[in-house]
Amino acid sequence: MSDTVLAQAGVVVFAPFVLAALIAIGGRWGRPLGPVLASLGPLSVLALAASALVSVSGMPAPRAPWTSALAASKSVTWFASADHVLRMGYAIDSLAAWMLIVVGVVALAVMVFSVGYLAGDPGWNRYFALLSLFTGSMATLVVADSFLTMFVGWELVGACSYLLIGFWYHKPAAAHAAVKAFLTTRVGDVALMLGLAVLWSALGTLQFEDVASGVATLPAATAGAAAVLIALGALGKSAQFPFHGWLPDAMEGPTPVSALIHAATMVAAGVYLVVRIWPLFAAGPAAQSLLLSAGIISALGAAAIAVAQRDIKKVLAYSTISQLGFMFAALGVGAWDAAFFHLLTHAAFKGLLFLTAGSVIHGAGTQNLDEMGGLRTRMPVTFGVWVVGSLALIGIPGFAGFFSKDAVLERVWSASPVLGAILLAAGGLTALYMTRATRLAFLGTPARDSHAHESPAVMLIPMLGLAVPAALAGFAGASVLHSLGAQSEPLVVAIAAGALAFALAGIALGWQMARPVCAEQREQQQEGRLWRAAAHGFYWDHAVSRLIVGPVTSVARGLWAWLDRLVIDGVVEGLALLVRGAGSGLSRLHTGNAQVYSALMLLGVLAMFVASAWLGR
Amino acid sequence: MSALIVSVGLFCTGLYAVLTRRDLIAILVGVEIMMAGALLLLVMVGASAANGASVHAVGLLILILAASEAAVGLALLVAAARRLSTTRVDEMTEVKG
Repeated sequence: MSDTVLAQAGVVVFAPFVLAALIAIGGRWGRPLGPVLASLGPLSVLALAASALVSVSGMPAPRAPWTSALAASKSVTWFASADHVLRMGYAIDSLAAWMLIVVGVVALAVMVFSVGYLAGDPGWNRYFALLSLFTGSMATLVVADSFLTMFVGWELVGACSYLLIGFWYHKPAAAHAAVKAFLTTRVGDVALMLGLAVLWSALGTLQFEDVASGVATLPAATAGAAAVLIALGALGKSAQFPFHGWLPDAMEGPTPVSALIHAATMVAAGVYLVVRIWPLFAAGPAAQSLLLSAGIISALGAAAIAVAQRDIKKVLAYSTISQLGFMFAALGVGAWDAAFFHLLTHAAFKGLLFLTAGSVIHGAGTQNLDEMGGLRTRMPVTFGVWVVGSLALIGIPGFAGFFSKDAVLERVWSASPVLGAILLAAGGLTALYMTRATRLAFLGTPARDSHAHESPAVMLIPMLGLAVPAALAGFAGASVLHSLGAQSEPLVVAIAAGALAFALAGIALGWQMARPVCAEQREQQQEGRLWRAAAHGFYWDHAVSRLIVGPVTSVARGLWAWLDRLVIDGVVEGLALLVRGAGSGLSRLHTGNAQVYSALMLLGVLAMFVASAWLGR
Repeated sequence: MSALIVSVGLFCTGLYAVLTRRDLIAILVGVEIMMAGALLLLVMVGASAANGASVHAVGLLILILAASEAAVGLALLVAAARRLSTTRVDEMTEVKG
């Protein structure tokens, strides 16, 4: 059974693209079929991933993901020129299989959830076609056996992200956010492409396996440069400092999209890429320091910003940046296994939290935490799964986030206690902002004119489904790590206790911060300088606009005014003027008088006589 | 020799008329004079050549062609005069650039 599925791996990855086209051309008649067709993609991806895991489990334990036993692989020559060959293909190992599980589970939950969330939206077909397209693109990225194939998926998920952020394109904010996300990740992608160019010129191959084995033969500087450039691409995709500005804006898209693309899968692609090609990073200490510093800054900074956000989705967006920061910090100290484990659990509980936020927005009709309150009684199921997701995110023992965050903390702490302490503080802030958001939204007294109502079953069921891994995925950690060829380490009680202490302190502070107060006191609280800075994301966007976007725009404007309009247009228009002047001058000769023509003809004949007499001497 | 001078003189007189007269009729007359000059030269050459008869036959052929040319030229003149209501060639500047 599993072999049959594995033999069809190429079809499974390609099918969502066909389904997307089918949904797109379905028209009004095909509307009810949209979600059904779209769900076929994640379902087949899940079947493929499960088959791959079964198949791999029978093989000898792998040493590392990049050399691990392959459940299925195929590679075809795409382009050959002399002795340079570009190959495209897939190679499914345990790492890819686990990532496919994430993609399949979250995509399936999101598609079912969207049936309720987007009911009656005029863009229904477009939405499900794009979700299906995204599923196929993400699967391509995950199963790729080379940088080339991966890059195709990498760009396609970026395009899907752009299209889905701007799904409600008639909202200017959504259109701007889509462009911002696209351009910001593009900066990282340029670095990634340069990194690939370095690898290609040094090794002549982009296959992951050949790169992994060929790294040892490279000069340290070349390997380091390639690793740094690829790390920049990963940071851009994963919205890490300094590229993080696009992710909070991306919340303009539909909330289920945020759950799928901007929490669970696409933004985790950066982490996945680094894990996938870890030997390259093992040979590039500079790239590791880059990942570590970006991760630490993102983990702490984004957590602090999340505390001061009023929009429930912005809280979760900054939380995502912060949690991805934990993963990159782990990558920076060489703990790729802990990073990937945290990626898996984070996908479960953050996907869940986003879906829950979608349910809240759907039910309460607002995203503003200050306008919510008392939703616990109106939306009991939503409240229940939100608490499960929050506990998992905060890292309460027993829930998924506890195990993976603890693994990250342990490895970072053993590399550098200072950085470990910073991450502990970020964990405390995590507890703080989640408690604050929970109390503001769900507890207290309901807003006066609130029409909040529980969401329909079609939205609740996927939430309940995702709540299971959010609560329990941590217990699967040992077997996940084992299948990746890594060792699960025993819990270090001291660090776990420290993390728990920070979490409890954060909960207490957050509870206090969100206490019901009158509007004046709330304003007073929000007047503080630190609070205002955090609420504005520490003015990072302002700084980018001032220091990068502004100067670049004015340089471009200057170039347009001086170089383009004066020099280039001057040359072009000058030439045109010259030709026109010459033409009108010469056209004077064309008098229309037959006798002038005859006289000229006579002169010509005489000139010919003279010339022949002269030359014929 | 005197015939050569007369024929060249006729040709140049005709050419002068073609280039300087403003009236299309006078220009046509000039063209006829040029043609007569050229024809005179041909006849003169025929008189001194060994097979003068064939040269004179060509001269006769040219006479017929000249008559046809004059007929076509006069027809064009009438058409131009009707269309442009003038026979002055310096007013016919339709093809001016």
